[in-house]
Amino acid sequence: MEENKKSIDGGDKFVFPVIQEQPSCGCGGNAAPANASAIPGLDQSFIMGSIATPAGPLPRVSSQLTRKDHWGTIKTRLGAGRMNYAIDPGLYALGDPADQSPVLVTANYKLSFDYLRRELAGINAWILVLDTRGINVWCAAGKGTFGTKELIDRIETSGLKNVVSHRKIILPQLGAPGVAAHLIKQFTGFKVHYGPVRSEDLPAYLDAGLKATKEMRIVTFPLKERVVLIPIELIATAKPFILISIALIILAGLLGRSGFQTGVFNNGLFAVSALFLAILGGTVLIPLLLPYLFGRAFSVKGLFVGLVIAVGLIYLRGMDLQIWPGKMEALSWLLMIPAISAYLAMNFTGASTYTSLSGVKKEMRFALPLEIGGVILGLVTWITSLIIAWEL
Amino acid sequence: MGSMVYLKNVATLGIDTSKCTGCGMCLDVCPHNVFKMNGKAVMIVDRDACMECGACSKNCPAGALQVQSGVGCAAAVINGMLGRNGGECCCGPQTDGTDSVKSGGACCS
Repeated sequence: MEENKKSIDGGDKFVFPVIQEQPSCGCGGNAAPANASAIPGLDQSFIMGSIATPAGPLPRVSSQLTRKDHWGTIKTRLGAGRMNYAIDPGLYALGDPADQSPVLVTANYKLSFDYLRRELAGINAWILVLDTRGINVWCAAGKGTFGTKELIDRIETSGLKNVVSHRKIILPQLGAPGVAAHLIKQFTGFKVHYGPVRSEDLPAYLDAGLKATKEMRIVTFPLKERVVLIPIELIATAKPFILISIALIILAGLLGRSGFQTGVFNNGLFAVSALFLAILGGTVLIPLLLPYLFGRAFSVKGLFVGLVIAVGLIYLRGMDLQIWPGKMEALSWLLMIPAISAYLAMNFTGASTYTSLSGVKKEMRFALPLEIGGVILGLVTWITSLIIAWEL
Repeated sequence: MGSMVYLKNVATLGIDTSKCTGCGMCLDVCPHNVFKMNGKAVMIVDRDACMECGACSKNCPAGALQVQSGVGCAAAVINGMLGRNGGECCCGPQTDGTDSVKSGGACCS
């Protein structure tokens, strides 16, 4: 114990002997050095004064979120400033904590920090914020930035040992992929207690003497959590949507049988609507209907959503399936829309809470070639349908 | 609630029961209720529910659990194939100094 402690105190070049860095997803691996100053800034917008501690004056926060906090949450959910919504790492006081108060550990993504303190109304606690470079606990744990080494360092630099008299810290359960609890105990003396998955269960967990029920330990993916992801999924497709739409409109115009303008109106606008609906299928319907859709693989779910959309569109447009141009146009959308929806649905695996990397790789091996093939073949068929329409 | 089960027979989770001390840490950290205590050692009861997050193997003091952990995110796999963004998920700052690029998936919101 003493030896370990010395080696950590010994210098900033301490290389952790046991921990392997997560090989995949090493997000922001060398973006910024850990915050040099140990005490978080008192001038951050959400700080309400300070509290005197043996580690110096520490910033105090409230469990009441302000209008500014809420506005930040909304902007973040819409994708604005989402990558730069970080707070200073270090130790914060929630309410009026004392040396016996519980210590809760979280990430320095402000949304995570806000969701945590919001659930702790009337509770006095210390919040130890790790430097995860503004990434939430779950993702940062997967990347290893919410990790054993960072936690050991942060316990040392924050002065936590002098601020509390006990040696217990509560980590969110979803931080466990990054932190080896037994090594924290070994190197710092602090015993890690994994709290519930959801911060809303924290008061009950604390009341029960750091005991979580089985339900508190299980990750779910309810409608509410899926819905908040829709805006960002949709916004992410905006740029490709605009670029592809322009290309489709120009193509439809150039291949128009009776002039550019008629081509744009007859086929271009329909193509853009079809693309838009395919995107809605993959980014809105998939999150909404996820548990109810056929198939386990996300791309299969997306495929069926796309097929329904394509059949509906063909019906609504009243395509003449007796003649070749009509047949080919129908076929082109039956290929392209499901392929696009399937691709976008597949990308939603990253947002879901239950897909494994092995599963995603297996799914992608069959789905990705089909999706790319479907789009290419569909596009060729669509162009052909426009060209053969000239002959009629 | 319909089914929220991913593909069958893919998870790489494995246990060496002879090393297991029965401390129960994996029962605490597993977010999908994959384990059950079976006498003095833990057993895997629902391998298909495993999302390979790696929490159990990381927190197993006895080194009895192995899993090839990673993030089940298609955007990350695609980024990896294209050699983009260090094969990362959609999130986080770019490490090459350019502005952050959102490239599909909202795994990190």
